[in-house]
Amino acid sequence: MSSAAGTEVARAVERAHREWGFVLAATIRVAGDIDSAEEAVQDAYASALATWPTRGIPTNPAAWLTVAARRRALDVHRREATARRALPKLLDPEPEPVDELVEALDGIADERLRLIFTCCHPALAPEAQVALTLRLVCGLSTPEIARAFLVQEATMAARITRAKRKIRVANIPYRVPEGEELAPRLAQVLSVVHLVFTTGHSAPSGAQLTRPDLSIRGVELARMLRVLLPADPDVAGLLALMLLTDARRPARVDEAGELVLLADQDRASWDQVAIAEGVALVTEALAPRPPGRFALMAAIAAIHDESPSWADTDWNAILALYDLLRAVWPTPVVELNRAIALGFAVGPEAGLAELDALAADPRLARYPYLAAARADFLVRLGRPADARIAFDESLILTDNEVEREFLAARIRSLGDG
Amino acid sequence: MSKYLILIFQDEAAAQPPGDTVSANYRAFMERHAGSLRGGVALESPVTATSIRRNDGGEPTVTDGPFAESKEALGGTFLIEAADLDEALAIAKQVPAGIGVEVRPVRVVS
Repeated sequence: MSSAAGTEVARAVERAHREWGFVLAATIRVAGDIDSAEEAVQDAYASALATWPTRGIPTNPAAWLTVAARRRALDVHRREATARRALPKLLDPEPEPVDELVEALDGIADERLRLIFTCCHPALAPEAQVALTLRLVCGLSTPEIARAFLVQEATMAARITRAKRKIRVANIPYRVPEGEELAPRLAQVLSVVHLVFTTGHSAPSGAQLTRPDLSIRGVELARMLRVLLPADPDVAGLLALMLLTDARRPARVDEAGELVLLADQDRASWDQVAIAEGVALVTEALAPRPPGRFALMAAIAAIHDESPSWADTDWNAILALYDLLRAVWPTPVVELNRAIALGFAVGPEAGLAELDALAADPRLARYPYLAAARADFLVRLGRPADARIAFDESLILTDNEVEREFLAARIRSLGDG
Repeated sequence: MSKYLILIFQDEAAAQPPGDTVSANYRAFMERHAGSLRGGVALESPVTATSIRRNDGGEPTVTDGPFAESKEALGGTFLIEAADLDEALAIAKQVPAGIGVEVRPVRVVS
């Protein structure tokens, strides 16, 4: 083969890696368990690299890979069954080529919904749900997942192995829940996908503010759910929220890598295509009464995205949306954000009063954004000495280096007051 | 089909129900899931337990009390058979347990 053809095949296999979840999901029921399915899928990708240079890249790589992986899984099954029966080992026939069998995905059911519901089963630890989703549905390697969550590779490997073992031993089913089970289980899946996205959007610690790879995976997962559950308003809301948040990513950090607040961002650099898509989805997501939490969060993001400038922000509309949000999703962080919105809609004094009331909530005691928000209102109220104390407090609670530098700069800007 | 053991936990200090008959709520549970139940026991309170531990020399030593001290005491068990964990959890959720239950897959050994 020419090296050009080899490069082309390598690129095609790389592209086909996006289909990992589809191929794996369609192989699991043939293989019988996740581990053997993963091995079969790995083999299928390897054989694509080996055979596509001579046979050509198939019209539908995902279908080719699925058929190859399923066949591989069946072969393994048969061999194991033969071994168990202690029959003389049969000659392993050369597997027949699969290209001519599959030109389309028509005959292959999309099983990814089953797969993600199994990954996000409530009987698995929350951190294992996230890791399994990234590994099995997104096709990330264990070292990649470990890096994304800043844990040791061995720790992540053990976490994934333990979760897969539990799925097998406890017989966690490979199915989409039905009836009244569906709503809470889907909510869990959406939480996991949201967590993947937010971990990428605002890295809790480390040198970089965002880990865009995880944000991208989060958006991809939400898009997948949108295809599989096109009528679900919460799925529409989550995808909208991610698109409308991610649209601002290019403006969140400046050239020096420092955090830029929403108020100071260059709105011309926001992704207008993502905003348009997100706004269309929000309209749909807001239809149920009351709307779900993702729809309301997306609607708030949409108001910021569509506002021509910070000064033009419609804070009364945002405050009204937070009032709806706190009714369906009453968390301390929502209360905090509502208090901030109140401070802009009504005035810094009103906002500060709300924040001070929230400061008594032990769940917010270690949350750096509360102290930072207090500091911000104190600056606007002309109380730099109090603001400095609040910024210091926020600095103590923040691990992200970009955010720490931002807070330090705010403190410096207060002067020696 | 898989077998699961449901371990029923109750507050150690909770009073044992009087008498030696199954209480009405447990009777209702057992009737509803008769098709899945494969066995079960109710236990006397942990203060009646006797533990046997191996000492450093491997010799059994008898002591008073349960194996692990806990305010959440094992009060009894059900052995059930279910298609998968979801079915087992649906059954286990209906056990009228004082504190809650733990669902454990039963190990298949030959």
